[in-house]
Parts: sequence; C-alpha cells; structure tokens
Amino acid sequence: MSELLAAPLTRDGAWTVLESVLDPEVPVLSVVELGIVRDVQVGDDGVHVTVTPTYSGCPATETIRASIVDALRAAGADNVAVHMQLAPAWTTDWIAPAAAEKLRRYGIAPPHLAGSPLAAQPLRFHPRALHCPRCDSTHTEQLSAFGSTACKALYRCLTCREPFDYFKPI
Amino acid sequence: MDLTTPVASSGGAGTGSTTHPGADPQAAAYVLRIADACLIHGQRLAEWCGHAPVLEEDIALTNIALDHIGQARMALTLAGELEGRGRDEDALAYQRLEHDFRNVTMLELPNGDFARTLLRCFLWSAFMNVLWAALAESRNAQLAAIAAKSLKEARYHLRHTADWVVRLGDGTDESHRRIGRALGELWPYTAEWFDADAVDAAAAASGLGPSWGRLAPAWQALVTPVLQEAGLVPPADTPFRSTGKRGVHSEHMGLVLAEMQALPRAFPGAVW
Repeated sequence: MSELLAAPLTRDGAWTVLESVLDPEVPVLSVVELGIVRDVQVGDDGVHVTVTPTYSGCPATETIRASIVDALRAAGADNVAVHMQLAPAWTTDWIAPAAAEKLRRYGIAPPHLAGSPLAAQPLRFHPRALHCPRCDSTHTEQLSAFGSTACKALYRCLTCREPFDYFKPI
Repeated sequence: MDLTTPVASSGGAGTGSTTHPGADPQAAAYVLRIADACLIHGQRLAEWCGHAPVLEEDIALTNIALDHIGQARMALTLAGELEGRGRDEDALAYQRLEHDFRNVTMLELPNGDFARTLLRCFLWSAFMNVLWAALAESRNAQLAAIAAKSLKEARYHLRHTADWVVRLGDGTDESHRRIGRALGELWPYTAEWFDADAVDAAAAASGLGPSWGRLAPAWQALVTPVLQEAGLVPPADTPFRSTGKRGVHSEHMGLVLAEMQALPRAFPGAVW
C-alpha cells in the first residue's frame, strides 16, 4: 500500500502492531504478552511507547527497543519514541494466563505467582513441584538456578527425561 | 532510561560553580557508593566467565554479574545526575581514576577460589537485600525505582549463594576448609560497610536512604543462620577497617580498573 493512502496509525492500531513484536529471547511471546509494554500514546509528534525492562542487565532490552521502533515505522508511524520506565518494577505476574499457556506449549514451564516484591520471602531455595511442560509429570528437579537467559532456570523431568526451562517468578 | 528532572534549589545560582542548581554532591556520593559496588562486583564476577568448576555455575556467576552491571548502569546514571557535572554512566565507569571510586574494598579483592567468590557474593547480596529494601522507600523516586527492581534480583542472588555456602560449609573436608578460610579472610572487610560517616548522615536526613550504620542487625539476621547451618563461625571482630568507601583502595583496585577501562581509554567513544 502506498504510504500516501495509509490511514494514520491509531492508538489501538499501535497496540495491535506491538502484539506482533516478539521477545527475542522467548520468541513465542509478544512484548505485550510479556507485560513489558506499559503504555502507548499517539500524538501529533508521533507514537510514544513506554516499556519497562525485565532484568536490569537483560541484553535483549536494546533489541526490543529497536524492534518496537521498526514495527511501528513499518506500520506508518513517522516518529516513534520508546521510553524506559522502571517503576513499578516488572513482574512475571503480568504475563497473561493465555500467554502462560503459550509458554508451556513452547516447552517452557510458566512462572508461579511472584507476589508482592517487598513481602517476606524465603531465604533459601525451596524446590517447587513444577509440571513438566511436555508430559505434565511433577517428578522434576532443578538442574541449574540460572539458565540460557536471565529470566529462566533449567529443570529436568525425571519421568520423560527431557530438560526444560522454567520462567523464574520475579 | 528517563532522567528525573532535578528540582532547582533556591539560592543555588550565582555561586560560580560549574554544577547546575539541582546538584547535590552528598547525595551523589551516597549513590556512587552503591553504583561502584555493583560495577566492581559485577566486573569481578564476570572474570569467572569460562572458568567456573561446572557449566551451571559459570552461567550463574555471569548472570549475577550481568544483573550487577545493569544495576550499576542505572545507579551511575542517577549519580551523574545528582552530581550535576554532565557525566553519564560511561564517563563515570571509564573515565574516573582509582581514588574517585567509592566501592567498599571487599568487592575489589581478587576472586580467589570458587568458595571465596560465592561467600563474598553471599555476604554482599545479604547486605544489598537489606539496603535495596530500605532504598525502595527513598524520597528520590528514581532511586526508589532502581531499588525496587534490583531487590528482586538481589534476592535471587542471595538464595543461590546461601545454598552454596551451606553446601560447601557442610560438604567435604576440603570444601569446608576452603570456605572457612575464605570467611576468615573476608569477614574483617565487612566492618567497613557499617561505619557511617557524613555521607550517610546527609542521606538519612534528606530521606535519600538509610545510614549504612543502621543496617547491621538486619544483615546479621540474614547471614548468621546460613553460616550456622553451614557449620561456619566468623572470626572475632578486629580494629581493622578497609577504606574503599572513602576512595582509598587496596592494591588490587588498579588492576581491576586497568582491565575494565583499557578499551574505552585506548579508543575513546568506541561503540559496539
């Protein structure tokens, strides 16, 4: 379609575009499903997207920023500004239930509820009865508290013997 | 990261200073201690990349390092704003000299073996859990936001390293010997953390953050049960005080900076 004929991008249209921008490290979830897009505004000066980072040192943050700009520009937005907002801090509780099911089908055990960030938390790790995303067995064990990306831990199913990632609750 | 617009203080203009009216050197000094601690600890932990005893711990130590460097970037940016001299995170990380760094001394010490690295990370993560939790209530909104986010990460670091302290302390004779030796070497460096000074007093008075001198009971409440479970007894307190917080560092600091700053000093403005 010619750019001259394209309708101006609306706020709803911008949200729809963002629903197609995938997280580079969990490419089954969009940045919207991941819960990191906090706000979208469309004004005379362009599209403003407010994003919150997942982990402080997450190397994907810059890639996500660039993907958002590219996708909105391709959809007709001339000016795109991505704002980083720290508070309230991102929590895996913002991952929608439907997205959690997508994670499971992709082979990643979705996070448990993280709860209030300032609430008392156990000092030591308490292994949870994780369901294997492949065979649903709860006979699983943690292999590594840290995984292939900042947001995951590595587990193994002792029933079907498959290793799998667990999305850490934070 | 969005910058918090500094509020111009009345009567701050016309002093002939090169800093802008919202500059707050005492607040900058307080935040710089936190930022430099994150940066130098992250740098030390990153040295383990490719060297840890097992792959899982290689990934763990570098993940923890990455969290620290992310926290350092945010805190350095804030320190630069509070300082008001136009220095960004890169200028503060790469263009300062040793005596301008304000990290506590323990974090610049060589890693030693795996037990010593894990124990140091445990002791410091416990401290940061207490400090970040208090800073989440900071009157500075940006610092409160950094703290609330970092607390979640520090909590995971604390759990992971606490598990290892128990595993090594309550493990084989050799693992017990090594982590016991590390505790004897590192423990004297914790005293510095709780020596409050004028920077702490200013932060406590302004609501920026707690005086570090008040954090000892909460820190001990996290550390003591784990050391006990690990069968480890810290050495008796001594008059020794390290002085990294004041910019007087050990002989190891220069080597950390030499490695960390070599590339940006050789190629100013270099980008990926």
